[in-house]
Parts: sequence; C-alpha cells; structure tokens
Amino acid sequence: MSLLDVNQVSMHFGGIKAVTDFDLHLVPGELVGLIGPNGAGKTTVFNVITGVYQPTCGAVVLNSGDLSGKKPCRITQAGIARTFQNIRLFGSLSVLDNVKIAYHFHATHGVLASVLHGSKHFAGEEIITKKALELLDIFGLTPRKEEKARNLPYGEQRRLEIARALAARPQLLLLDEPAAGMNTNESRDLVRLIDWIHHEFGLTILLIEHHMDVVMSICRRIVVLDYGRIIAQGTPDEIRANPKVIEAYLGEEVSS
Amino acid sequence: MNDVTKATLRKAWMRTTMGLALVSVLYLGIMFAVSGDAYYMQILTLACINIILAVSLNLINGFTGQFSIGHAGFMGVGAYVAAFLTTEFKAPFLLALAVGALAAATVGFLVGMPTLRLRGDYLAIATLGFGEIIRVVIVNLDRVGGSRGYTGIPSITNFTWAFSFAVITIMIIRHFINSTHGRACLAVREDEIAAEAMGVDTTKYKVMAFSIGAGFAGLAGGLFAHLLTFLHPSSFDFLKSVDYLVMVVVGGWGSITGPAAAAVGLTIMNELLRRFAELRMLVYAAMLIGIMLLRPQGLLAGRELALPDKWVEFLIKKLRLGKTKEGRSSDESA
Repeated sequence: MSLLDVNQVSMHFGGIKAVTDFDLHLVPGELVGLIGPNGAGKTTVFNVITGVYQPTCGAVVLNSGDLSGKKPCRITQAGIARTFQNIRLFGSLSVLDNVKIAYHFHATHGVLASVLHGSKHFAGEEIITKKALELLDIFGLTPRKEEKARNLPYGEQRRLEIARALAARPQLLLLDEPAAGMNTNESRDLVRLIDWIHHEFGLTILLIEHHMDVVMSICRRIVVLDYGRIIAQGTPDEIRANPKVIEAYLGEEVSS
Repeated sequence: MNDVTKATLRKAWMRTTMGLALVSVLYLGIMFAVSGDAYYMQILTLACINIILAVSLNLINGFTGQFSIGHAGFMGVGAYVAAFLTTEFKAPFLLALAVGALAAATVGFLVGMPTLRLRGDYLAIATLGFGEIIRVVIVNLDRVGGSRGYTGIPSITNFTWAFSFAVITIMIIRHFINSTHGRACLAVREDEIAAEAMGVDTTKYKVMAFSIGAGFAGLAGGLFAHLLTFLHPSSFDFLKSVDYLVMVVVGGWGSITGPAAAAVGLTIMNELLRRFAELRMLVYAAMLIGIMLLRPQGLLAGRELALPDKWVEFLIKKLRLGKTKEGRSSDESA
C-alpha cells in the first residue's frame, strides 16, 4: 500500500517536454531523494505533485485519492506540504505568524466567531499559537518569533520554511533543495534535523538536493532524473556506481 | 476551558472595554465642544463616514494586497439602495443601511469572483471599469433621479450614527485581521503561491476580503445618503475612489488606525483649504508628493496606534480581576 503514486506523468510546456513518463511510488515512512542535473525537471515534478501545474497526462494519487484537477490548497489539505527552492516566506510577517498561517486550515473557529470575539475564537487561536510555538521550539527559532521573517539569516529562513511546512501537518513532505546555499556545517546540521523530523513526525519525505553528501547520507532510495526522464533509481551505492548517472553529471567519456 | 484562555479572554475584554471608554470620552468631548455648530458637526460626520471607507478599502488593498480602485462604486450601490428604501418605502433607517450594505457586499462578491483572478494593475483597471459601470447605470436609472440626482431623501444621519458605525467598523475589521482568517489574507498579500501551498484557499479569502470591504463601503454610502439628503452619480465616480485610496496611502498600507487618522485629517484639511479655492488642489497635491518623498510607506504602515499591553495588564491587576476564584492566574498571563 503506497502513500503517493505518481503514474506516468508527463508535463509539456508547448514544445518543451519538461517531464516525460514519470513514475514514482512512495511507501509510508520512506525518505526518497530526487536528484539530477540542473534543468532535469525535478522542481517541475514537485509542482505537478502539489497542483501548481496540471500534468499534460498521467495522474497523481495520494492515499488512493486522485489529486488531478485539485487546487494546490486542497492538495495541501489532503496531506502534502512543501518548501520552495527559492525561499518563499511571508517576508513582512513575524516568524510566529508564518508558522501560524500553515495551521490555518486546521482551525475550528469560523469568521463569525472571530469577528464577534466569541470564546471559540480565543480557544482556537490559542491552540494555533501553542502548536506554532512548539514547532518553533523544535527548530530553535523561539528567540526569533517576533522578528520579521525576511530579517532572518539565510539558514534560519530555510529552517523556518520547513517548520512552516510541518505546521500544515502533512503526511508527505516535499523538500526542494533544503541545503541550497549552505556550507558544510550547516548542511550537516540540516541532515540531522531532517533525519530527526522524519522519525519524530512519522513523515514520508521526498527530497530534491544537489549536495550529494546530504542525499547519500539520509536517503535510502534515490531517483535520478535527466532531461525529464528517470534514468536510474536504487540505493545510494547503486546510484554511485551507475554509469548513466555518472554520464549525466560528468558528461560522456571522450574516446580518443 | 483552561486557565490561559481565561486570562486571554479577560485581557481581550479589558482591552475592548478600555478602548470603548476612550472612544466614549472622545465622543463626549466632541459633542461638548462643537455640537452647537452644524457646520463642524457636518464635517466631523463626513470624517466618520470617510473612516469607514478608508478602513474597509485597506482591508482589500493593504491587508489582502488586492489593488481595488472602485470603492466609490460600492459606496454608490449602498447609498442608492438605502436611500431608495427609506424614501420610497419609509423603511426603518437601520434596515435600509443593512440592506444597502448587503447589496454592496453582494455586488462585491459578484464582481470579485471573476476579477480577482487578475493581479496588480489588471485588477485595478477591472475595478475602475466596474466603478464606472455603476455610475453609468445610476445615471440611466430614472427611478432614482438619473443624472439629475436623487432628491427627497430623509435627513437621518447625524454625528452619533456615523461615529457609532465608524467604531463598529473598526472593531469588526480589527477582530477579523487579528484572527486566523485575517492572517490568511495577509498570507495572500505576502506570497500567493506560498499561501496556496500552505493550504490557504486564496480565492476564497480574496473574495471574502473584497465582499466585506464592499459591504462596509455600502454602509458608508447609506450613511452618506441620509446625511446629504441628495445623491448625485458624480459623488461615486472614479475621482472619489481615488480620494479614499489617497487616505489609505497616506495612512499606511496594512494599518487600521493609520487610514482612519488620515481620513479624519484629509476630510478636515479639504474643508480648511476650501477658502483658497483654486489653490486647494495644488496644496493637496504638494502635500501628497511631500508624503511620498518623506514617508512613502504612509504614516503607520503595518502598525497600529493601540493601548499598550502594559496598561491593560496594569488595570487588570489594579481591579484584581480574576483573583477571586483562580488565585493568581492573571499574574501568570503577564
């Protein structure tokens, strides 16, 4: 029984075939890496899964429920949360509010309760605040909670984005290059963090990453994409030894 | 309910009570100082109506980040509907106001559904076009006077009415903004794609903010109609929309108290400049340019003039609220 099934998905933009015949099946609790050279179509895969793009053909199925044609917010509500390659925080809102917003669709109080300031409003808001603070605590962002998100240093913005995605309480978390722009120490910390939330929250994670050390150390299964097609998949060791992968990354050997 | 919630509840009620007390003092002060002078009262009443318009427009433009410049159109819908009900059917004032506001909100909903897919300038043009449609429709409705204007509307709105509704508007919009629903609107403003990815139904909240804003504009229109007792389509043209937009820009995007203060200031300034006749628009323009140069984000962008938390807590302590049964829970909340 798989959590996510991506069945034969193709995504074409006019004549450009960004992704062709993409197949992916995630078992609950898995941590899978998606790698490939620049422009291979990795982020397009994420955008198709999260409903930003409607695939040209093929279907995305979560928990046996078809996600095609659903708006991104409905897909998030169904249990898929994501982070973005180029950080997309709510810049001029506080760190705390950023996390609170992702809890929004779990809120039980309606607009009327809020406008009339009923006790339901206060109870509901308090739950949201409490949960958001718990998450900030896990990510070591509590001292920063009142700061504007855009004023955080880069590494903390990355962490805040993951915290925010977790606030939506997903079953499946999609991380788009979480270690981008980090130095070795920072990315090592990040690996530990991802590993930890993976176990602690019982999450299934799909990870795009360029830092090979990150991918190789935490993913038990890796899918390699090149020119929109899967060229290899398997364990880190198999991927390392796969000639097609080496070719895609380093180029073909010139025989002279 | 747990202790913390009780403390929060107590604080919120204390804050509201203190706010209302301050507002009452302000009201009594104004009544005491100028109630004898019909001219001043009229200006202050107009200022209150403009507060409603500026604050509700900022819900759409400043908080939700949608650029609407058709606010006078919604005001016109509310004004004509309410005036029609009181003039033709002798409907009670409150009922007429409510129906006018509801009509404007409905029109806002209908206009918002298709146009809120547009962004930035495109949405601005669409709302501008809509505002003109409303005006042209009114001009061609002979039943309400057409281009001659609508006369014979009973004079009901006074300072007390306008002031009360301004306070209610501010309270409702403040409560909305400070809730998870308001945060959803802020998320739409900050980054629509990220908001959607975090499970916020962006279309729903855009349309909701637009309808609520339009509804309050309709309410302001109803008050306006029964203040002047005469309506003319030119009161709801594009330039009027710009007036309210200016109040928001000067007061500050994403603030409630800023545009409210700007609405009062600009209304009064408009009157003061009346004696300079043709120089008036020149001074007005110069002031706007000055503000844009010195403080382009507006007076209170993203901030509020509010009672400091300390004062609220101080008063709770002084009055020993909540210490009767649960011991020291109010201390813990501090």
